[in-house]
Order: sequence, then C-alpha cells, then structure tokens
Amino acid sequence: MSSNAMVLAVEDLSVSFDGFKAVDGLNLYVEQNELRVVIGPNGAGKTTLLDLICGRTRASAGSIKFKDQELTRLPEHQRVRLGIGRKFQTPSIYEGLSVFENLEISYPRGRTVFGSLFFRRDAAVIERVREVAGLVGLGDRIADAAELLSHGQKQWLEIGMLLMQDPELLMLDEPVAGMSVSEREQTARLLTRISANRSVIVIEHDMEFVKRIAHRVTVLHQGKVIAEGSMAHVQADPKVIEVYLGH
Amino acid sequence: MSFAGKSLVKKLAATPWWRDFGSIAVLALVIFAVLPLCLDLFRLNLVGKYLTYAFVAVGLVLCWGYGGILSLGQGVFFGLGGYCMAMFLKLEASDPESTKIQSTPGIPDFMDWNQLTALPAFWEPFKSFTFALLAVPLVPAALALVIGLAMFKRRVGGVYFAIMTQTFAAILSILIIGQQGYTGGVNGITDLKTLHGWDIRTDAAKYLLYYINAVLLLGTVALGRWVLNTKFGKLLLALRDKEERVRFSGYDVANFKIFVFCLAAMFSAVGGAMFTLQVGFMSPSFVGIVPSIEMVIFTAVGGRLSLVGAVYGSLLVNYGKSYFSETFPELWLFFMGGLFIAVVMVFPNGLAGLAGQFRAWRAKRSGASGTAPEPVSATPDRSAVPAFGAEGGQS
Repeated sequence: MSSNAMVLAVEDLSVSFDGFKAVDGLNLYVEQNELRVVIGPNGAGKTTLLDLICGRTRASAGSIKFKDQELTRLPEHQRVRLGIGRKFQTPSIYEGLSVFENLEISYPRGRTVFGSLFFRRDAAVIERVREVAGLVGLGDRIADAAELLSHGQKQWLEIGMLLMQDPELLMLDEPVAGMSVSEREQTARLLTRISANRSVIVIEHDMEFVKRIAHRVTVLHQGKVIAEGSMAHVQADPKVIEVYLGH
Repeated sequence: MSFAGKSLVKKLAATPWWRDFGSIAVLALVIFAVLPLCLDLFRLNLVGKYLTYAFVAVGLVLCWGYGGILSLGQGVFFGLGGYCMAMFLKLEASDPESTKIQSTPGIPDFMDWNQLTALPAFWEPFKSFTFALLAVPLVPAALALVIGLAMFKRRVGGVYFAIMTQTFAAILSILIIGQQGYTGGVNGITDLKTLHGWDIRTDAAKYLLYYINAVLLLGTVALGRWVLNTKFGKLLLALRDKEERVRFSGYDVANFKIFVFCLAAMFSAVGGAMFTLQVGFMSPSFVGIVPSIEMVIFTAVGGRLSLVGAVYGSLLVNYGKSYFSETFPELWLFFMGGLFIAVVMVFPNGLAGLAGQFRAWRAKRSGASGTAPEPVSATPDRSAVPAFGAEGGQS
C-alpha cells in the first residue's frame, strides 16, 4: 500500500487522564475506501480513539495525519471541514427540527455566521437532502419532526447528516446499538454502500454485525492494538481470545 | 415517493416569512392604536417606558430562548445605550448660558459639584449627535464582543456564563456610582432638556417619542423574526440542544454565540437610549443585578420562545408592578416572586406557550377518553421501516 492510498495514519498516539493511559502508543492506518471495525473490551480506548481523531479530546503525544496533514493541533470544526465525520454513540440529532432541517443544517455551505444568515435553500440543497434522505431510508419522513422517529431511524438520520458533508473519513460509534434485527440488516447494507467511496471506521460489539461488514478488524486492549487483520485472523489470535472473545 | 413527496419538498422550500405576520400585526395594532387611544398621556408615557424594556426582552428571546445563553446582565447594555444618549443630551443642556452660575460654566452640573474644571476627554465626542447615535448600539456591541470572545472561545457556558454576566452588571453599576464626577454617580444623568433644540419634555414630543419607540420596537421584532427564519436561527436551536453535534458538523460554535449575544446587546442598547429620551434621565439603577434579572422575568413571563410574547410580558409585568406598587406597595415583591414560580412550574413557555399547552392538554384528554387519539410523543413503531432503495431512487 502506497502512502497516497492512506487516508488516516495514527502514530504513537497517547492520551492520559490523570495518569490513566486511555490510549497508549497506538498505531493505526486506514486506507481509502476501507471499512475498518475497531473492537475490544469495555475501557479498551475505542471511543477515546475516535475522540482523539475528531478533536473532542486532545492528544498528549503522537501524531494523527489525515491525507498527510497533521490534525493534532487543529480545532474540531476545521477537522470536519477537511472531511472527517463523526457519529456519536447515542443518536445526536436536533429533536426540535424536522428531518429536512436536520439534514439541511449539515449541508457544507453557509458555515460562518454571515454565511448562515444569508444561506439560501436552493434547488441543489433540496436535491441533496432528498438524495441523502432516500439513501438512509427516510425519504418519506422528510417533513416529520425528528423527535417522532424511532430509535433506529434517529441513528440513520445522524448517519445521513454526516453523509450530507460527503466526508472522506466517517467514524461511527456503535451504530447498531439498540436496533432490531431487521434494522441491523439494513444498517449493514447502508454501511457497505457508503464505504464504496469513502473510508469508514466503526466501533461495534455485535460480532455477527462485524463479520458482515468489516474489511479489516483492529482489536484494542488497554489502549494498545493487540491484533489486526481479517475477522477470521483476529478470531484465531490467542491474545484476542484471552482478553475479549474468550469470555 | 412521487408527486405528493415533491410538493412536500416544495412546501418546505418556501420560507414562510409571513408565519408570524398575524401576531406581529396584532402587536402593531395594540401599540399604535389601542394603547394611545385608551390611555392618557401620563399612562402612555409609562407604557412607552415599559416598551423600552421590551427591546431587552426581545434580545433575550434570541439569546436565551433560542440560543440557550442565559445572560443575567442585560442591564449593562440597556444602561450603556441609555448613557450614550444621556451624555449627548446632558452636554446640550449644559451650555455656558444656562450653567453660568457654576464655577466652571459649560460642563454638566454634577461635574462642577465634584470639583471638575474641564470636560473629561471621553465626553468630548458626545457633543456630536451622529457620534452619540452610533455609540448607542456600537459601544454595547463592542463590550458584548469582548465578553463573548473571552467566555465563548474558552467554552464557558450555562450557569458559569450567567454568573459572569451578573458580575459585569455589578461591576458597571459600582463603577458608575463610584465615579460620580464623570458619570453623575447614583443620581445618574438628570435634567435632560432638548435634542438639537427640540424640547423632549413637551406633550407633543412625548407622543412623537412614543411612536418612534414603537416603530423601532416593531423593527426589532421583525429583524428577530428574520434572523430566526434563516439557517442561523435553526443553528441557534440546534446548538442549544446539541452543541457537540453542531461543532462536529463543521461550525465554529463560539462565533454563533458571540454574534447572538452582540445582537441582543444592541437591541437592549436601543431600548436604553429610548428610555433616556422618553423618561428624561438615566441612572445606575437600570444597570445592576436586580434590573437585569427583572428583564429575564419579563421574557420568561411573555414566553422565551416568542418575540411577540416577550413584548407582552414586559408590558404586563411592568403594568402589574405599577398597579401593585400604587395599590398594595408591600405586596409587590411577593407577587413578583409568585409570578416567577408560576412561570417555572406551571407555564414554562410563558404566556405565548399557553395555547400550545392547552392544545396538548385537550389532545391528551380526548386521547384518554378514547375518542380521537393523537400522537403526542415519539412512537417507536409508527410504520414498517422502509427498505433502502437505490441512491435517491426512492424519491
């Protein structure tokens, strides 16, 4: 793999909270159009890793490069503008607004104060909102208040909000938690489709789901990578079995 | 989705600028016609004074109701706007001819009493009416900008921000009271007479100023409505409820908070300037902590999500204040306290929210009796989940 195809390069990344090393000298490389799943027991540092990449948490040491650009010193909104999207664990949508407005706010135009005051809802915006709403299965709910959606639909809406920005790297924290079997099935299909032209990092506990979607799997334990490779490969790894899959 | 869906999107696409037109028109009718026709000049002048507080309340609807930024220091901006206007008027009232008995003629009387022998440098530009007019919105906006940069860029928010604004209100009122020679001290700036030779104390001037105030207030409400209708307005709601989500959608959240805080400050300042013109003085009793909190109560009573409601809230609470303090002076404070408790516990969205609350209550009642169940809350299994179609192909 050439470095050009590398979208994300995390090297020697560490962060400690009051002496506790949540992430400890971690290395992670994600290629273009790759769907990577990060697994690991509770407290392994999975969510912290995503927080570090999107800027919610500041790194104590190490580097995070996105398309060869160093991210560690950039504020959050600039990382988003470079093309990094982050979905939170619990659905994080604007309950008081309609599905349309939720998606529209995420449209990458009019992001400054005056840009937003003079933002016009033109045909391109409407077309894009409809396209994304259709993609995440909310095509017929566009005019509804977001608070009326089911839990699964709220998760899809947030994924849709990220897709509005057309990010090159999409990070999803437990996207199928609390979903029904059929909703999981549809989410798997959605993730497979959207990873066709972007890189995706997913944190997930549901092993059936991981098997279904992952290109490669990274296993974290105590802030370190202990295994990486195909699902079959990591499942056979004795260290992984010991810390995670075994019990 | 076919034609029905298309027209739906079209409907969404048209911004309903007229959405609040009805309620703004009713408000205009009340302020322009009903009140002037029903009240004598003394009462109308009082109403005019109450309406200057409404500027602050309208600003708080944007800043607090929609943006979620509770400022307990709006009196600072109201006062600064008022003082900028009062300084101009005071200089005009202090011409050498009418102050010839002073030891230093030509400077405001309170300066002379405090042994000042020359006009302080920061008073000089207020000889110009144009400068004073520009200073009314811009000085408070500049202060709000500095406060906003210092607080919001460091992500100070919520209760901490509210406490900081209280501090600023206390600082400014103490500063004004302490620097008597420069500010008029606790008495404020009084004995204002004319504006470019036009006597503001006559009946005709009071009527005219009432109407100027009314036009400015309606303009402020309309401007607020416009702001709320833009994407900026939606973002305010969004960042009130899910600040992180907005930040991680590529927005520099602090800038949006700073802007709405500055806008609310400018609204308050215009109210302050109109107060000075209509009432004829400005004093630190409109700057400190107590008036700032009262202004939040006006907003809460009217409805913190309703621009028009905030105006009615200011009118009603102040009318109640005058009425009670004239009739049962000792009961007023209890009434004010009771009102605030009632707002918090019984009608959290104020007067403007009562209609919605009533509808929800009726829907719940009819739902309970089994006649016409209406969906009032989230219903997880509303319908079968639609399958994912081809990209955009569903629409």
